[in-house]
Amino acid sequence: MATAHLDASAIDRPRVQLGVLLLLAPALLWLVGLIVLPHVELAVLSLRARVAPRVYEWSLDQYATFIDEPLYWHTFVRTAAMSILATVSTLLIAFPVAWYIAKIARGRAKSVLFILCLIPFWVSETVRTLGWMILLRESGVLPRLLADLGITAAPVELLYHDATILVGLVYTSMLFMVVPLVSALETLDDSLIEAAYDLGGNGWSILRQIVIPHAAPGIAAGSIVVFMLTLGNYLTPTLLGGKNSLWFTEQIYTQFITRFNWEQGAAFGFLLLILSTAIVWVGLKVTGQRFGDVMRRA
Amino acid sequence: MQPILKQDLEVDRVSKRYGAHAAVDTLSFAVAHGSFFSILGPSGCGKTTLLRIVAGFLAPDDGEIRIGGRSMRDVPPNRRPVNMVFQHLALFPMMSVGENVGYGLTRRGVARAELANRVDAMLKRVGLPGAQAKRIDQLSGGQKQRVAIARSLVLEPTLLLLDEPLGALDLKLREHMKIELKQLQADFGTTFVYITHDQSEALVLSDHVAVMNAGRFEQVGTPQELYYRPATPFVAGFVGANNRVAGKAIGVDAGVVAIETAAGLRVQARASGPVATGDAVEAYVRPEVVDLARDANELPHGTQGFSGRVESLLFDGANSAVLVTEASTRAEIRIALPQTGRLADLRVDEPVAFGFDAERAVCFRSG
Repeated sequence: MATAHLDASAIDRPRVQLGVLLLLAPALLWLVGLIVLPHVELAVLSLRARVAPRVYEWSLDQYATFIDEPLYWHTFVRTAAMSILATVSTLLIAFPVAWYIAKIARGRAKSVLFILCLIPFWVSETVRTLGWMILLRESGVLPRLLADLGITAAPVELLYHDATILVGLVYTSMLFMVVPLVSALETLDDSLIEAAYDLGGNGWSILRQIVIPHAAPGIAAGSIVVFMLTLGNYLTPTLLGGKNSLWFTEQIYTQFITRFNWEQGAAFGFLLLILSTAIVWVGLKVTGQRFGDVMRRA
Repeated sequence: MQPILKQDLEVDRVSKRYGAHAAVDTLSFAVAHGSFFSILGPSGCGKTTLLRIVAGFLAPDDGEIRIGGRSMRDVPPNRRPVNMVFQHLALFPMMSVGENVGYGLTRRGVARAELANRVDAMLKRVGLPGAQAKRIDQLSGGQKQRVAIARSLVLEPTLLLLDEPLGALDLKLREHMKIELKQLQADFGTTFVYITHDQSEALVLSDHVAVMNAGRFEQVGTPQELYYRPATPFVAGFVGANNRVAGKAIGVDAGVVAIETAAGLRVQARASGPVATGDAVEAYVRPEVVDLARDANELPHGTQGFSGRVESLLFDGANSAVLVTEASTRAEIRIALPQTGRLADLRVDEPVAFGFDAERAVCFRSG
């Protein structure tokens, strides 16, 4: 009997594998065709230098240029710092919103609030950002209002500041922070908060010792998503920051499209990938979270 | 003369209304220092609301709570000398057992070394020595229970509130934890206020039980008083098993009411409260006060006797009973089976005789 069973399984196994393979085919095609292959191509591109027309050789020149040219790595560090700042701001603004939706709002109010967070995404990012420009430019709604109210002597230009870029980035990212936070906070049993309060805890200590540790995977998930979206955002920093924005994606765009220097652009693209991976890794290490747990919450 | 005891909890005409519905209706009571006080009632009777008012999570609309003689008006839960064991315990899963027990002490700013000592001593007292480093999900149901109690008692509260903490446990563990809770309470001497819908928990554990219904206390007394001398029909029906006989008082003699049911069955029972001839009444007869025999001559002399037929046998070990239908009126009565093994061979449809002492049944005026 045992031999017969073994034989049967030996026959079955390849068939099962084929079935699984077929089922996975679309995902694998997508993964290999759209993610792995382009990145291999980018890696190869970034590691070659043009020595003569149509003659290339392996070289680290592109990466050397990045280190030698202060503008490039200045932009690189600035983009990382601004993205972290935008992520932290989004978290600080989204947390009370998520808390209200998860713990205080009931029934209809809850779904209405959720939809309110979603509504801005029915409009394309370009139109949304242009909306901000209409509000903030020198002849726009807000500067005129400030001037009319006598707060400023004349309408001031509110566009093209770092703060403007941050406002735009936070606005674009809110939903991606609110959703994982709401789902993390909803699973927090209210009686834990009551118990902590009953045992002498106050608002701040309960937030720090009970709420945040419980919501940590949700906080990490939201932060990773927002950070990645912000770091890789092109439109918002370009439109709201103008020439001053100095966003690293602009450098990549310039290399590929304006300068037609694909090798340099590929190297920058790779550096951005390494940067985002490194910062997410450090973030997870510092907060003691595991990537798998976090992604399950996202 | 009874000595005047120190009252740890005084509830003075407390009310809490939700719209037109009064969850707690002008309720007053006191709990003596060191006693185990239970509030027993069906779900929705307002007992949880009352407990949350005492804990400070809800403010009463009217009335006042005094704990250890001090008014609790405008005192938030984290400043009350009261701690609560929650229905699902609410242990902090993000903390170890030691951190859970030490949480309250940390909040009070107790020094690290003293905190460790007190947590250690408390875990020893609840029978979990050295469990500090364990995670909450490594504990069994009973151990979680003990951690929840330790976490509260380490703060030495005047009053410990317990919100049906045994509800989530399975039957066997619940029986075990009942005994453990009673021992813990006796050991610590802390005043316990315990709410439950399980009458057996209330009767086994408590020094005093309040039976609560629709926002009011129907009766407050020792478990024995509630069981043997229920003050209201609700208490008679809610505490312990009871046969209810509704009818009309056709005569009252020396505190014993003669009752006739609509079907014509006549029984006698001791009157509780004012009952006059002609009143609509209801009598309650406990299954264990009814004597059962195959032959009417075997019944004790001088009790009212009836004859009937076995309708069904309800075997449940020590709680076994038979349902008997009375011969002339088809009235159904539940009678406990004697534990001596006599009548163990009773069969369905067998004719039987039964009777009970009128003094051991109780009769109320309906309304």
